[in-house]
Amino acid sequence: MTDTSYRPDALIAEDIDSYLKQHQRKTLLRFITCGSVDDGKSTLIGRLLYDSRMIFDDQLAQLEADSKRVGTQGQEIDFALLVDGLAAEREQGITIDVAYRFFATEKRKFIVADTPGHEQYTRNMVTGASTADLAVILIDARKGVLTQTRRHSYLAHLIGIRHIVLAVNKMDLVGYDQATYDAIVADYAHFATSIGIEAFTAIPISGFKGDNITTLSGNTPWYAGPTLIEHLDTVELDGDADRAKPFRMAVQWVNRPNLDFRGFAGLISEGTIAPGDAVRILPSGKMTRVERIVTLDGDLDVAVAGQSVTLTLADEVDCSRGDVIAAADSPPQSADQFEATIVWMADEELLPGRGYWLKLGTQTVSAKIHQPKYQINVNTLEQIATKTLYLNAIGVANLVTDKPLVFEPYGDSRELGGFILIDKLTNATVAAGMLHFALRRARDVHWQSVDITREAHAQQKGQEPKVLWFTGLSGSGKSTIANLVEKKLYALGRHSYLLDGDNVRHGLNKDLGFTDADRIENIRRVGEVAKLMTDAGLIVLTAFISPFRAERDMIRAMLPEGDFVEIFVDTPLEVAEARDIKGLYKKARAGEIRNFTGISSPYERPERPDILVDTTRETPETAAERIVEHIMGVWSPDL
Amino acid sequence: MATRPLAQTSEATEPATLTHLQRLEAESIHILREVVAEAERPVMLYSVGKDSAVMLHLARKAFYPAPPPFPLLHVDTTWKFRDMYALRDRAAREAGMELLVHHNPEAMARGINPFDHGALHTDLWKTEGLKQALDQHGFDAAFGGARRDEEKSRAKERVFSFRSASHRWDPKNQRPELWHLYNAHKAKGESIRIFPLSNWTELDIWQYIHLEGIEIVPLYFSAPRPTIERDGLILMVDDDRFRLNPGEVPVERSIRFRTLGCYPLTGAVESDAATLPQIIQEMLLTTTSERQGRAIDRDAGGAGMEKKKQEGYF
Repeated sequence: MTDTSYRPDALIAEDIDSYLKQHQRKTLLRFITCGSVDDGKSTLIGRLLYDSRMIFDDQLAQLEADSKRVGTQGQEIDFALLVDGLAAEREQGITIDVAYRFFATEKRKFIVADTPGHEQYTRNMVTGASTADLAVILIDARKGVLTQTRRHSYLAHLIGIRHIVLAVNKMDLVGYDQATYDAIVADYAHFATSIGIEAFTAIPISGFKGDNITTLSGNTPWYAGPTLIEHLDTVELDGDADRAKPFRMAVQWVNRPNLDFRGFAGLISEGTIAPGDAVRILPSGKMTRVERIVTLDGDLDVAVAGQSVTLTLADEVDCSRGDVIAAADSPPQSADQFEATIVWMADEELLPGRGYWLKLGTQTVSAKIHQPKYQINVNTLEQIATKTLYLNAIGVANLVTDKPLVFEPYGDSRELGGFILIDKLTNATVAAGMLHFALRRARDVHWQSVDITREAHAQQKGQEPKVLWFTGLSGSGKSTIANLVEKKLYALGRHSYLLDGDNVRHGLNKDLGFTDADRIENIRRVGEVAKLMTDAGLIVLTAFISPFRAERDMIRAMLPEGDFVEIFVDTPLEVAEARDIKGLYKKARAGEIRNFTGISSPYERPERPDILVDTTRETPETAAERIVEHIMGVWSPDL
Repeated sequence: MATRPLAQTSEATEPATLTHLQRLEAESIHILREVVAEAERPVMLYSVGKDSAVMLHLARKAFYPAPPPFPLLHVDTTWKFRDMYALRDRAAREAGMELLVHHNPEAMARGINPFDHGALHTDLWKTEGLKQALDQHGFDAAFGGARRDEEKSRAKERVFSFRSASHRWDPKNQRPELWHLYNAHKAKGESIRIFPLSNWTELDIWQYIHLEGIEIVPLYFSAPRPTIERDGLILMVDDDRFRLNPGEVPVERSIRFRTLGCYPLTGAVESDAATLPQIIQEMLLTTTSERQGRAIDRDAGGAGMEKKKQEGYF
């Protein structure tokens, strides 16, 4: 191959202005390459960079030196070394993450997401694929369709990539044999159809030798399709398809430089918009019209999917970050319960029932994930029963959010259907997810309708149901105070019940241990029981260490507004440990009890408890008195 | 130079497929806005180079008609080219933004300079100076103009890059970035570096400067300038602090710079490219990478930049 450049150097030299005009019209295609080192993936990417002159002489000199020193191609240039990066992986000889590479042809600029093929693969590939229009699935012609080929294809399809290229690589090592190629393509077609991939483009190539990369190879006269570059240059862009959909823009930021201007800034995810267009603000559903599309370069007549713009609206409607501005006649839905596919990306496993931050578009809400319905084995695509999801696991689960989300099924919109989960303590991004559909409560759980309502129960007892949630370290005095409070309530003729931590663990929760997951489940069940009791009209007192803020907030969210009264029994660790009524601290210090709150497991202090009891300053008796007064004040029928 | 609006199309109502520069512009603007919406106290690190110029221009577009709602921070070494200081002050004024200039008092007191102190010069003025400035003002998010195509270790850098309270970067503990979703949650004391130009290449930057008519430091354009040749680099004698070795006499050469830093450390190229199209032409036909003129990458072999980053260099 004499000239493999994608660039007309003669034009650049003679008429730079013409070249610049041409370059200015280039479009952008983002794609991902899938395969392991053995498939020649790095070599192929290195070849694309090299052929498109993204490699300079100084880098090339370095490459030649490195190739001789650590390369795997003898004295030949090892293109794979071009795409090698961090020092850590250089030492280990593996790549550990997603790297982004850039090259351009005369028609397009390309951003390549390069992901490695080891155990972190699922997380990295899903990340790289989330922004890709196209996936290049590499197959070693000597090996054919392997387990990993199926895994790569499944993940690409899962993430919604519509364009799949099957690059049958290393054709030089099978003597450019057409029968070998045809057999691989037929085998792959069979598999692709089975997982729902409707179409793919197969190309016989050699990344190492350069066959069918930029020019059709004389070694494969039987192949009449496009070269890899021709295909990448001409494949339809997702952006063009997104533009045909109804208008959607998630509001990122409200631009309010002065009282006369109020603009709504965002990236248009689908559709087009022009001044005068009728729009609906979600979730409120308010209707208005777009007044102007404001930019630094003057107002626009029209804006399309993929552009970042600032809109002004004809009416003074409420609209803020997290809202979605959508075509008035075809708005997206809102819901707070969903089924979703979840890809777990953290070392710490999913804790079903624990609250996570869920970010979708510009909305951030608190979400709880139910126990997964099943996990998918990415190699065999079997559905397996599971209780949780570990790093790199993919599962399907229902989830509940604390506020309605404006959303679309992921299949319709990547921007309004794709989300991440964020750990509230570590702030790490722990998962990516794709919404399938909303669950209507009625379809989810059939509630038995009853004639004697919660209000009727409460009225009969002449009281307002409450949950008095005592939290604090072991030995802080929770049970003692709760017990006193209940006695006072009883004396006042109130109907109550005290749920004690130790007692509940002897019965309802005797199957649970003390791991983080079990502690969360323990609290969740107590919360559910307390909720049923308040439905029955009772005042419920609970005494649980309940060390995690997320779980206490979860209970608060389960109950009607104002029913949850958080009482923080604040006793310093030294004091509680000195008391050590049950001898537990001594055991914990001796290492006999694991995950003991305050010693080997954290206690997250309530930030704003409804009632704070400082046991170093008041006796249990006065504290109980104060709590009763507080509650009676709050619910006094005279108020 | 006339401004040609990029987001606008001359065609009637149905615009053509967005170009790669329009897509890059939209993505960068989205990133800038996300940070402003989610961070408490953002700042833009402004180095006065061409990448900073593009980043500042994008910020003006992102928040128009408001001025960008954060200050510019220049972590200065006192050894930049004079032309850079002039443009810096003007650019901040035109954008309607507050300009903060930080000088590491320790480096100032010790008279740290590129002639006597080698690597210590960068370390104290820039690496330490940056940490000081961020801590002093309590900035929790700092925009930087780095690009993934600049250097191998940057190909894997996230758009949002998290730093510990001591400003260290842990390459193994960065967050996955999916779709357009960036997670800006962080613990107290931690901070984020944000790179809105991550997906731009050097050619994209030049093309965009050309199309948008963005003002850049004149040193990028070729002109006769006083120079000496030392250790294979052509250095410009920008002021009388430049220490000439015995026998060295400044020679006038037609030179320009592909990157700008401290003038005694930044190598020039001999060139006649005096207009943007000529610069782009030269860049496309050139055979050496842009970082070649920087002494900083040569420390510690190929992994020099990565080591610096772990220590807190931008």
